[in-house]
Formats: sequence, structure tokens, C-alpha cells
Amino acid sequence: MQVAVYSSSSYCSALTPHLFMASNSKPKTKLITRGCGPSSSYKKKKKKKVLCQIELKPPPYPTNALEPYISRESLEYHWSRHHRGHVHSLNKQIAGTDLDDMPLEDIILTSYNKGHFLPSFNHAAQVWNHDFFWQSMKPGGGGRPSGQLLQLIERDFGSLERMLMELKAAASTQFGSGWAWLVYKANKLDVGNAVNPLPSEKDNKLVVAKTPNAVNPLVWDYSPLLAIDVWEHRRVDYVSTFLEKLVSWEAVSSRLEMAMQRAAKRAREEEKKRMEEDDMIIGDKKAMEVYLNSDEDSETE
Amino acid sequence: MPLEDIILTSYNKGHFLPSFNHAAQVWNHDFFWQSMKPGGGGRPSGQLLQLIERDFGSLERMLMELKAAASTQFGSGWAWLVYKANKLDVGNAVNPLPSEKDNKLVVAKTPNAVNPLVWDYSPLLAIDVWEHAYYLDYEHRRVDYVSTFLEKLVSWEAVSSRLEMAMQRAAKRAREEEKKRMEEDDMIIGDKKAMEVYLNSDEDSETE
Repeated sequence: MQVAVYSSSSYCSALTPHLFMASNSKPKTKLITRGCGPSSSYKKKKKKKVLCQIELKPPPYPTNALEPYISRESLEYHWSRHHRGHVHSLNKQIAGTDLDDMPLEDIILTSYNKGHFLPSFNHAAQVWNHDFFWQSMKPGGGGRPSGQLLQLIERDFGSLERMLMELKAAASTQFGSGWAWLVYKANKLDVGNAVNPLPSEKDNKLVVAKTPNAVNPLVWDYSPLLAIDVWEHRRVDYVSTFLEKLVSWEAVSSRLEMAMQRAAKRAREEEKKRMEEDDMIIGDKKAMEVYLNSDEDSETE
Repeated sequence: MPLEDIILTSYNKGHFLPSFNHAAQVWNHDFFWQSMKPGGGGRPSGQLLQLIERDFGSLERMLMELKAAASTQFGSGWAWLVYKANKLDVGNAVNPLPSEKDNKLVVAKTPNAVNPLVWDYSPLLAIDVWEHAYYLDYEHRRVDYVSTFLEKLVSWEAVSSRLEMAMQRAAKRAREEEKKRMEEDDMIIGDKKAMEVYLNSDEDSETE
């Protein structure tokens, strides 16, 4: 099978895409070769090189692979119109700006701007959300999670059934357009210098969340594990089908593993930082004691 | 309560009570169906056209703004042509010289179920840009749907008659506010006279 991955600009000039993906092979990436520099002199002087452009990633399976639950037509439509549209719009928006050189997640976090979205937020987040969504599904998906993922689901929700109920409820009650998520969140206070005095993996939790429009849990510093697109173009009825027949629990498990490693690493870094600060304070105290002692010494001399 | 009151109450300054979304969507859809008619389109006329030209420069410019609002409302929502009275958004503020000229036609866009009633505007025309409104016929091509709406479906008669009602309502309110202000002025004057009487009685007692 032919493998093709599209960079945004070469894709945009293509007509109807031919999306033949070998399900097991890693797609090769054809990167665009135009620079983002605004001035013509830049183009003349510099060798044209790949810069900054966010690429349109295809789903990791052939476009008919999710049938009969999601038709090839529907998937191709969704990918080639909505997802591609966001990639195209984003690249236009960020060209020549500070965001140009950033990885996609950084563009999202920067342009989230504490809720006062900069213009590139919606497109950046929707690109990420759609990438994540395609990867949340697989042909022959569904079934049950297992291993550590299942353990944490049972720990934090009581049972798999309860978690699925909450996820379906979130997906059905997100008014307007948006997304439903399973996320892993580290237990942190939302204050700059707050430190968890006794960090424990047990404080980290799986939760269900829902977000409007393009917002995603990255902006809250959560680790998303699973996304369900509930914009109307996805048809709300399909949520059950998604969970029964499409969801890739392997993808969710592997994201959980990465999220837990990331959280543990951060906890260690924060602990280390705290100990260093404590050492500095102790150091200062010792200096003070020395100073006081020197007074005594001078008396006895 | 009448539907509009349910909307205004449950809007709750943006902290929606549970009934807001459904109430507003009922109202929005009623309004939307009535914004269209078979064989619609064409051009507005009469006072509506006059105000459009006064406030936008031309019909084409107004339509451009309306299309832009409809296309750029991210996610689900609505685009509107509205009539707004010129009022300060402060409880006791009074427009010292109210004039019809201060009232304006504007284009607005709102997310999800929100509509301009919550800002005390008078909606004249609504375009539903939730995906369910156009997806089956136009797929992702919202822009095409909006153009078709404006060229073939919009009922300018409905818009004109809403404008007339809106202008009457605004004029009536302006008269009521003016009357209230005059009554308050009278009371103040009345107080002042009472004070003068009081002072005068001092003089009187002196001359007695």
C-alpha cells in the first residue's frame, strides 16, 4: 500500500486526497521546503529550508478501516476538510511570528493566554485535538482496558462501567461544540509557589472532563488520555459506538504510562528544588549562629 | 413566565441557570424560522433600507458584516442584525438628550444559545450557525449556506416589521424615562420650595 503523509502546503494544493495508509508502517513525512521569512531578500540570500510549518498528520489507519462505525466518506471528510482547514489556517496565522518556531503544544499554551485567546489558539488546539482523536481510535477497537489503566480506572471511578457512564454523560452534556476527555491529573495546587509537602502517586487521579469548542486539558496542565469529538459534525449518537467499537485502549494505556512518568519526574524535580531551598535556609541560619558566637568570643577574649 | 422573561431571568448576568440554554434555543429557533420565507431574498426597502444605509453605508456593506459574523463565530452560535437603543449600561444613567438618531442597527454574533435579548437589544434577523443548521445540505461550507440564506431565504418583511416594533418600543421607553426624570425634577424643586419656606419663616419670625 502506498504511504503518504502530507505537509500542509503541499496538501493544500492537492485535489481530493488519496489516503492509502499501510496500517503498520510508519508514514514518511514529506516536508515543505518553503521558508517562512517575510522578505524577498531573505529568500534570495538564504537557502530555502524547512521551518515552522505544522504538518497535517493522517489517521494511523486506512480511511475505510473504521467502517461500518465511521464511514470512509465521513472520516475523509472530517480529516480533509476540518482537520486540514485548521492546519492551513494555523500556518497562515503563525507565519513570521514568534509562534512560528514553536512545537504545536507550545503554540497552544502560549495562545491560550489564560483564557484570553490569541488568534491562533482555536486552530492550533483543533489541530492537536484532531491528531489526538484519530489516535484514540483503531480498527477493531473497543473491548476493555487492562493493566495499570484498568487499575486506576477502578481506583478513581469505582468501576469501568462508572467511568464510561461519566464519559458518556460529559460527551452528551457538552452544550454547543466541544470535546469529552479522560485525563490524568497530577495533584497540584494552582498557585505559583505552592509545594505539595508529601507528594504521592496516590494523589494523582484519572478524571473525566469536557471542554467547549477548541479548548483541551493541556491548558490546565493535565495529561489527556482519550478524546471524543462532540462537535456536531461528529453526531452525538456515535459516542456509545465509539466506546464499544472504536476506542484504542492501547493508546490510552501508553499515554497513561507517559503521563505517570512525567508526573513522577516533576515531583522529583520539585522535591529537589525544595531541598535545595531548605539547604540555603539552613546555611543562612548557620551563618547567623556563627555571627552570634563571635560576639561571645570577643567577650571572653 | 413568558419565554423572554425565562431567558432574561436564567441568563443571570452570564452565570446561566439551568433553564437558560433550552429557553434561549426555543426562542432562537422560533425567531429563525420566522426570519425566512419561501421565495425570500431580494432587497429590504423603506425605513429598514434607510437605516441600513445610514448605519452601514450600504446594503452590501451590511451583508458583508453579517456574513463575516456568521463565518467567524467559532463553534456553535448565531449571527444577528439588531436594533439597539443608545443607553448607558448603568442603572440610573440618563441620556440627557435622547434622540432616535442615537439608536442604531448593528451586526452581532453570539455563542451557543446566547441571543441579543440579554443585552436588551432588539433582534431583527437571526442566522443559525450551529452545524446542525447546515451540515446535511452544505457540509462544512458554512459560508455557502449563509450566502444562500441571504440571497434566497431571508424575509425582509419580517425584518422590517420587527424594526418597526423595535423603534416603537424604544420611543415609548424614551418617553417613559423622560417622564420619570421630570417627575424626579419636580420632587427636587418641591423640596427646594419647602426649604425656602422654612427659611422665610425665620425672617418672618424676626420681623414679627
